[in-house]
Amino acid sequence: MTRLMTLLTGRLPIGWLQLAHSRTRLIAALAGVAFANILVFVQLGILGSLNDSTTAPYTLFGGDIMISSVDANTLLDGSNVSRVRLFQALAVTGVSDATALYIENVEWSRPDGGTSTLQTVGLDPKAAGFVPPHLSDTMLQLLLPNTILLDSGTRGLPTAALDGVTSATPYRLELSGQAVSAIGTVRIGGGFTADGSIYASDQTFLNLFPNRSSAAPNHILVNVEDGVDPAVVVERLQEALPGDVVKIGTKADVAAADLAYQTTERPTGIIFGFGVIIGVIVGIVIVYQVLSTDVADHLREYATFKAMGYAQRFFLGIVLEEAVILAVLGFIPGALISWGIYTGMSVATGLPLELGPDRALLVLVGTILACVVSGVIATRRLAAADPADLF
Amino acid sequence: MARDMDNTMDVAIAVNGLDHYFGTGEARKQAIFDVNLRVERGKLTILMGPSGSGKTTVLTLMGCLREVQEGSVNLLGTELNGATEAQLIGLRRRLGFIFQAHNLHESLTATQNVLMGLQVHGRGDDRKQIAAAHHMLALLGLEDRLNYLPGSLSGGQKQRVAIARALVSNPDIVFADEPTAALDKDSGRTVVEMLKALGQERGTTTVMVTHDNRILELADRIVTLEEGRLVKDEFPRGQSLKLVRATET
Repeated sequence: MTRLMTLLTGRLPIGWLQLAHSRTRLIAALAGVAFANILVFVQLGILGSLNDSTTAPYTLFGGDIMISSVDANTLLDGSNVSRVRLFQALAVTGVSDATALYIENVEWSRPDGGTSTLQTVGLDPKAAGFVPPHLSDTMLQLLLPNTILLDSGTRGLPTAALDGVTSATPYRLELSGQAVSAIGTVRIGGGFTADGSIYASDQTFLNLFPNRSSAAPNHILVNVEDGVDPAVVVERLQEALPGDVVKIGTKADVAAADLAYQTTERPTGIIFGFGVIIGVIVGIVIVYQVLSTDVADHLREYATFKAMGYAQRFFLGIVLEEAVILAVLGFIPGALISWGIYTGMSVATGLPLELGPDRALLVLVGTILACVVSGVIATRRLAAADPADLF
Repeated sequence: MARDMDNTMDVAIAVNGLDHYFGTGEARKQAIFDVNLRVERGKLTILMGPSGSGKTTVLTLMGCLREVQEGSVNLLGTELNGATEAQLIGLRRRLGFIFQAHNLHESLTATQNVLMGLQVHGRGDDRKQIAAAHHMLALLGLEDRLNYLPGSLSGGQKQRVAIARALVSNPDIVFADEPTAALDKDSGRTVVEMLKALGQERGTTTVMVTHDNRILELADRIVTLEEGRLVKDEFPRGQSLKLVRATET
């Protein structure tokens, strides 16, 4: 290690030697950096679970464009849209196909006595252009009345409860007083508004929710013809349909707007976002404390080097060397512990918490930056002082 | 007259009208009053005086460790009052410093600490530098302690490593601030004898602050300060050169 560092730095690797010299000090510093990492990871994880659970239901249906009620902010909270809009949309140039999307929450009394709120998505199985590819095989089976796909990630449901469920060996349950067969699964998981999802045909949906009418779906899904820009069709639809009743956007834009609404206008989103900010600030303060304590501990030795004629560059080099080592070595336990916390929180809440490479890289780079900047600031004290004042 | 003397008498450090203050505003207090001094090349000059007399302050002012506020310090031909950071760094590299508390780097071995004294001049051939460091440590009787960390060396051994670090790059001037304060009588005397022997061999100028009477007999010249003023200038070996200007007036 020392030999490697000598090659890397082109001098005696004083930063590394200093860190390796005092085990307890090194462990304390690494614990500080790791703790800062954990703090940021957990806050990012909670905010990320809100993001993921908001956008996950959008994977249950296809379509290039969504027509929704003007008052809709999420999949579920808007007024219903008249099916007339579907026929109007089909008349617009560039539109190849359109279908109705029904969504409603249902309470499920689980066999273990608990209750789960299931967000039920109803879609015409024959509207092949709107069924996501991974569901196209099982979708036609849903033409049988009162058959559904049940979310294997449903909160409160044992993880293995739906293993091996097929049309031959269905999982039977009762929803709204009706016997229903789950003949397959989807994987969405719980979020902040529901504990899981159900996927059904439009007919099954209307059976389960007798107060809903086929004439008033929640959204209209629209596909455009090959080679046509959906954005252009959105503009045409906006001209053709009454803007005071419906709003129109590409599916991606609608999902993004839903996410923005959840994270910036709903209390949970604002609180989680604030948590991330606090986590990052506290993390930076901890890292700065670690680095400035380290510089203070070695100030006398640095002052001696300064007296011998070493320039400020040299000390910056030592401190940056330490900053990078601490950031990387502290990140390893920090990320491992965070991964454990994610797993525990995911099991406990049913929320989607995953420590992906993007987030890990973001936190690692952020940690290195925070360490380096802290080190540079902490070294400034050395630059300003006469060596004689530091002994 | 003074100018002529500077030229003829091989002066390493010329101090003229040096004042120094500590603190700012109301708390500002003068510590050094109009010190004038010429330090001759190749000799061991000792600065003496009671605690608080300003001897260490004068030493650190001459050694580029403290910014000169008023008056003039000419070190090896460069004026320190108003010197740039680059000039100071250049000058510090021509000096060797030995501190009261050795100030070795705790995480570096004896050899690595001495190497720091060499590498400040740039990294040359690794093996040559290590050989030079080992040679210097051997001269000071530490050939079997080359790879020890300071924590496992005795006080005298640590101070000898510090001397090796200060001398290894053949500095023009060695400054020593109470190098024997942390040592017992015998090792204190040994350390100063080594310092003096190596200095004479290499023609190094040595300026040492001490109030250790046991080593005064080794000095070529003893300058005494009291309350920030230069009060006495003695040449125990009889070199009665009039190097100090106007100390009696």
